[in-house]
Amino acid sequence: MKTLRVLVAVLALLPPVAFASEAGLKLDRAPIDLHDIVSLQRGAHTFVNYCLNCHSAGYMRYNRLQDLGLTEQQIRDNLVFTGGKVGDLMKTALNPLEAKEWFGTAPPDLTVIARSRSSEAGSGSDWLYTYLRSFYRDPKRPTGWNNVVYVNVAMPHALWQLQGEQVLKEAEEQGPGYMRLVHRLVVDKPGVLKPAEYDQLVADLVNYMTYMSEPARHDRVTIGLFAVIVIFILVALSYALKKEYWKDVH
Amino acid sequence: MDVTHTKPPITHADKPPVTGAGPLNGLLTWVDQRFPLVALWREHAADYYAPKNFNFWYYFGSLAMLVLVIQIVTGIFLVMHYKPDAAQAFASVEYIMRDVPFGWLVRYMHSTGASAFFIVIYLHMFRGLLYGSYRRPRELVWIVGMLIYLMLMAEAFFGYLLPWGQMSYWGAQVIVNLFDALPLIGPDLSLWIRGDYVVSDATLNRFFSFHVIAIPLVLLGLVGAHIMALHEVGSNNPDGVEIKANLGPDGHPVDGIRFHPYYTVKDTFGVMVFLAIFAIVMFFMPEFGGYFLEYNNFIPADPLKTPSHIAPVWYFTPYYSILRATTSEFTYVLAAAVIGYTVLIWRSDYGRAAKAVAAIVAVVLLVGFFTIDAKVWGVALMGLAVLVFLLLPWLDVSPVKSIRYKGPLYKTALGLFVVVFLVLGYFGTQPVTDTGTRLSQLCTLLYFAFFLLMPWYSRMDRTTPPPSRLTH
Repeated sequence: MKTLRVLVAVLALLPPVAFASEAGLKLDRAPIDLHDIVSLQRGAHTFVNYCLNCHSAGYMRYNRLQDLGLTEQQIRDNLVFTGGKVGDLMKTALNPLEAKEWFGTAPPDLTVIARSRSSEAGSGSDWLYTYLRSFYRDPKRPTGWNNVVYVNVAMPHALWQLQGEQVLKEAEEQGPGYMRLVHRLVVDKPGVLKPAEYDQLVADLVNYMTYMSEPARHDRVTIGLFAVIVIFILVALSYALKKEYWKDVH
Repeated sequence: MDVTHTKPPITHADKPPVTGAGPLNGLLTWVDQRFPLVALWREHAADYYAPKNFNFWYYFGSLAMLVLVIQIVTGIFLVMHYKPDAAQAFASVEYIMRDVPFGWLVRYMHSTGASAFFIVIYLHMFRGLLYGSYRRPRELVWIVGMLIYLMLMAEAFFGYLLPWGQMSYWGAQVIVNLFDALPLIGPDLSLWIRGDYVVSDATLNRFFSFHVIAIPLVLLGLVGAHIMALHEVGSNNPDGVEIKANLGPDGHPVDGIRFHPYYTVKDTFGVMVFLAIFAIVMFFMPEFGGYFLEYNNFIPADPLKTPSHIAPVWYFTPYYSILRATTSEFTYVLAAAVIGYTVLIWRSDYGRAAKAVAAIVAVVLLVGFFTIDAKVWGVALMGLAVLVFLLLPWLDVSPVKSIRYKGPLYKTALGLFVVVFLVLGYFGTQPVTDTGTRLSQLCTLLYFAFFLLMPWYSRMDRTTPPPSRLTH
């Protein structure tokens, strides 16, 4: 052997490029901002239009979206498609038994998916952001779709008209003193949106899903700040009180 | 009928009136003449003399009480909205997090409180190890405390099933299945605990009952007993010196100060510092990186999908590591350890009866190691790892109580024990690896060596004589 040849299967995503070693896929960081109300509203819109057809968000009520600066009327007019009440839970119309027949498994509830998908590799939001951009065409799968983040996932690419169709390209990559096998996702047939626009759409969607996984988060942080300030004052006061009482202990 | 009363009629005026409570004097006098109000207050607060040199480690007793109160109060509110029903439990927790006003706050207080409880209790127990607080005459304080710890583990285990997430479900499944391993009664016992062949609605209902009624009742009783036993014998201190041995002309220990106001005010400061840390965690990182709220537990329980990696919550992981470390090849090491330990007992100056008992136990264990499945020994070691703390008052034969006057042997042993406990805890959170198993096995041996070799090393140790008075 003239050169040391190390063959490592590496999954790389394009665009933007993300690398994975055999230890696991590296997740892209989700560019989300929970204070960006407009992004959250766009995300909610995408969510009810695309996700809610098959998935439920069965612990979340439509009228909670008033958190996002919407009125009940706006929610009723723009986001409730099921003909239900604005105080209803976000349930899908899909019958779970039929879904199991079609996809092999019932689509999971998405209310807290952004929390459950957290791991050492990244937050649940990072996982969702990477996952929703990593579908590719795979004729071996019953749905015709596969995903590099969730291999052999039962879910077809719900946003394919927007993103277009990606394929997984395999290539040998020559590096200094090694050669490795690299997999890249490449857009084969473009969709309605440009890649950057699609990434933004997914970012908004993930932003919304992150909000939905814990709607109380904003209150939690705000109240938390006040609480911690008050407690710190009490720490100082109780310390002074202790000092005063303990003066006569020798 | 002619009845003569020989005893004078009981009057309420025998007890002096309560003073110093302003407008409440009258009411308190009325109560005190019918209930030992003043006597209790004096015995447990105003006239309870505590050593004046309590340090950092002495905050955790009162903090444990505080966390107990937090858990009970938040628990009461959670039960108002939670549904102990396999079909509704997960959704009812999310309902609390979303639709119940401030439900998220109550729930996070309870979930953070669970982990905080164990942190506080572990530090409280470590204080005992540092200063020999389990030594005569405080053996019962220690034993009752250990029973509290056992009850706390049961409470946490039962409570963890209630959110009905994947980790709740599979964690309970794994732990209940441990009882399966016990010879003869195993399968029937685990069936009896579950109330079903798998963890199910029946299991959830009984765990709920244990979590909200049975264990808390026992816990409160034990906490009362813990404090009564403590106040009977008096508190230990960082010097391990008995303050009651030095009484002043007023009959009170010269090195003691009244619990109230000195320690009530000092503990109030401790409470505030604790609450600051508690609030920071609860408000800004309630999941605590997946350690306080495990990520998998945001997936509803699914009896058909076993998670690839099942780990108990962090406070159980040292024991979980010991369980997993006990492989069938490890039983050879255990056999060697038992033989070595028996030889050690025989070569020491124990009585003939003790040596005979040791030999019989050793033979039984050796036969057991090679006839009974290693899984059973894993369960046994895990249980023993908790119960062995109960023996500490008799294992430690050092002439001094406090680590301040103990020698290098005990200091090394305790330091090593802390490291071993943390290493076991770490590997308990991780998936099984060869290195992890080997290190866990080594740590398991060291864990038990800390306790079981203590009669020897605590005697051999070079101690220094403690002072007759507190150092302050």
